[in-house]
Amino acid sequence: MSDTHAQTVPYVRDTMLSPQDPPSSQVGVTKWMRENLFDGWVSAVLTVLAVAAIGYAIVHLYPWFANSVWNADSLTQCREILDGATGACWAVIRVNWLQLIFGFYPPDLYWRPVLLFVLLFVAIAPILFPSVPRKVLWFSALYPFLAVWLLWGGSLWTILAVLAGFVIGYLVMVGTHKMGAVVSVGLTILVPVAYWYFLAGPLASGINSVVPIEVTPVASRDFGGFMISVVIGVAGIALSLPLGILLALGRQSNMLLIKWMSVIFIEFVRGVPLITLLFTASLLLNYFLPPGTNFDLILRVIIMVTLFATAYMAEVIRGGLAALPRGQYEAADALGLDYWKAQRLIIMPQALKISIPGIVNTFIGLFKDTTLVVFIGILDPIGRASAIRATSDWQGVYWELFIFIGAVFWIFCFGMSRYSMHLERRLKTDHR
Amino acid sequence: MAIDSGAPKESFRLSMLLYDTRYRSITIQIFALFMLMLGAAWLVDNTVRNLAALGKDFSFDFLWNTSGYDISQRPLEYDSTSTHSRAAIVGLLNTLILAVMACATATVIGVVAGVLRLSNNWIVAKLMTVYIETFRNVPVLIWIIVTSAVMSESMPAPRDFRGEDATASMQLFDSIAITNRGVYVPSPLFERGLPDLTLGSLALSLNAIAFLVVVIASIWINRRLVANATRVQNETGVRPRTWWKSLLILFVPAIALLVALGFHLEYPELRGFNFSGGIQMRNSLIAMWIGLSIYTAAFIAEIVRAGIMAISKGQTEAAFALGLQPGRTMRLVILPQALRVIVPPLISQYLNITKNTSLGLAVGYMDLRSTLGGITINQTGRELEGMLLMMLIYLAISLLISGVMNYYNNRVKLKER
Repeated sequence: MSDTHAQTVPYVRDTMLSPQDPPSSQVGVTKWMRENLFDGWVSAVLTVLAVAAIGYAIVHLYPWFANSVWNADSLTQCREILDGATGACWAVIRVNWLQLIFGFYPPDLYWRPVLLFVLLFVAIAPILFPSVPRKVLWFSALYPFLAVWLLWGGSLWTILAVLAGFVIGYLVMVGTHKMGAVVSVGLTILVPVAYWYFLAGPLASGINSVVPIEVTPVASRDFGGFMISVVIGVAGIALSLPLGILLALGRQSNMLLIKWMSVIFIEFVRGVPLITLLFTASLLLNYFLPPGTNFDLILRVIIMVTLFATAYMAEVIRGGLAALPRGQYEAADALGLDYWKAQRLIIMPQALKISIPGIVNTFIGLFKDTTLVVFIGILDPIGRASAIRATSDWQGVYWELFIFIGAVFWIFCFGMSRYSMHLERRLKTDHR
Repeated sequence: MAIDSGAPKESFRLSMLLYDTRYRSITIQIFALFMLMLGAAWLVDNTVRNLAALGKDFSFDFLWNTSGYDISQRPLEYDSTSTHSRAAIVGLLNTLILAVMACATATVIGVVAGVLRLSNNWIVAKLMTVYIETFRNVPVLIWIIVTSAVMSESMPAPRDFRGEDATASMQLFDSIAITNRGVYVPSPLFERGLPDLTLGSLALSLNAIAFLVVVIASIWINRRLVANATRVQNETGVRPRTWWKSLLILFVPAIALLVALGFHLEYPELRGFNFSGGIQMRNSLIAMWIGLSIYTAAFIAEIVRAGIMAISKGQTEAAFALGLQPGRTMRLVILPQALRVIVPPLISQYLNITKNTSLGLAVGYMDLRSTLGGITINQTGRELEGMLLMMLIYLAISLLISGVMNYYNNRVKLKER
């Protein structure tokens, strides 16, 4: 049999066939489209709908953007230039952008907020990126004082006198170190407070009368636009994190009274809208303070926004604290660390790492909430926009203004959320 | 032999209050209490002195005075001769109406967007990402004001609907009119309706109550039916068919009631310079509703996505290995676990919506903040009492919602051992 078989087979392949190309539906664009756009009829319908929606949007929005008018003095002029066609009137931004950014801040002093904004990045760089030299942290610590001085102007000595209080506090802390914790902490708080209350004012005005170093003062009511959003936002962010940590620790505390005070504060602040707190700041604060006191509206707003964000921050950090395994606390105790050392070296680094997304979300929320100050008469970007829309020149403009404002907010908030994702990746130590 | 009697007994010394951890916490607490009371006394003293200096007293009597202002959207009977307290109640109802409407639409949009962002379809997923990132990162106030501006500036005026060559037309089979004065929708009317039930100054529609009772009763009976089917399935292994019974129970009584009451819709019609008939949803309500919904929906979408992604793939695979079909896998295995992750942050978004209704001020929506916390305060000069009352009401709503959340959390908590 085998002989005949061998003779009847005329040809035996002795080389491998080269592999055939996959069918055209399994390669390249077609394969990708089959898998990602037309995977079943539901997906196909969705794709068609999505493409139709995008196409509709482009067809309607393209002429609007393409016909943009950049040079005009009023909406009527814009419409004359457009001559019936649809088109954006970006001239409204071009004419008003300085007001949208600075409010009524004196134009010849614009360099001060601009300089501060640039320096802000220098100040936060060592906090954001570990590769920046640690010595820059000294600048970060001084930045708030510089910012207050340059924004509001006035005598440099006032700021330096306030700053001196912190130095005095530090010196007292070092000097009284051997006298026991309670005496040391008490003196460290008491001496600077007494200095600020009794000595700082006369000292500053005294030195200023001898060696005046002053820049033009600017009143709070001249602040406005994105500048005020950034001022309130940055101050709120910088203050709410440390206060939030303290409040979270208070809520986790074994001391019943401290715990209940923290709980009541947190639940109250989280239970009412921010806008009611802002109205409290603008309407009611005069009732709660000694008769005749009157302090800056922006400062009041910063305090209220900070308190509001602090309560949310405390809850976020409490989540991080609760997520830590009990063993971490016990290990810290076993090492003989006291409460604050344990918190600083063991608990907080881990708890804060866990709560990064929540913390940054709170920051983003706070920054977006700065727009609410428009309700108590501060001319933030939205307030400026309403004022611009109320003028006879620009009545009827809205998309252009709000797209501009929204885009600026979007850049800030999106940037923050991306940074938090980067930070999470950088600090990730588990091997999943 | 001396017997070791444990630690040496120390007599109490005053310094132990500071240096002994057993006593230090008490010292700190007493100190904190002292400071707290000092602070509170300082505030109260200032307030009393300030009030005295202004010649004001602290009383809530103003609530019973005539308000003297009008409210555009009135879920209750109200006019300018009503009291301030009634204005506050109308405002509170407006707040709640808006909150419920916004919660419902935000949930629907958010769930759809969250699920679609997870879909395998590349273009749809990208589109949803763009939607979520755009709306999440721009303040809600901007969305509200933009919606309001679009409604009042680019929608047709009622007179555009008039005549042969009208430039605008009504939507959805001539039932809805979108104008720059608001959206007009059909209103439900009853030919043989029951009279209104009057309780003091409160008028309740018996029609609505009857309808609600019937619907709730049908749902309850349907649940009994399903429970019964489950029992039969547990005993015999065969699940009786119930879907047609369910449909009958759920829809027939309600429809029968509506027919009996002579239910029909009244369509808005153009009369003179404006629409009449139907329900007018004012621009302020529409702007708040749309603004809050699309903004919060972006957050809800992320919550839904996180919830679904939190369930490990092993759960799906295990369910398939047990022979469950995809639909049942979703319903019996994935959803119950995902909901445990989704619901708490979802409820806190509802809380946010409720608090954000106070932004109604920006577009003139007459909510609690605009009535009690706005015009009433301005007219009576009772900032302290008005703000206090308003904060307490908001606080009560918030605590109620968080109470519901805690109850839910406790019910679905993983029983860990």
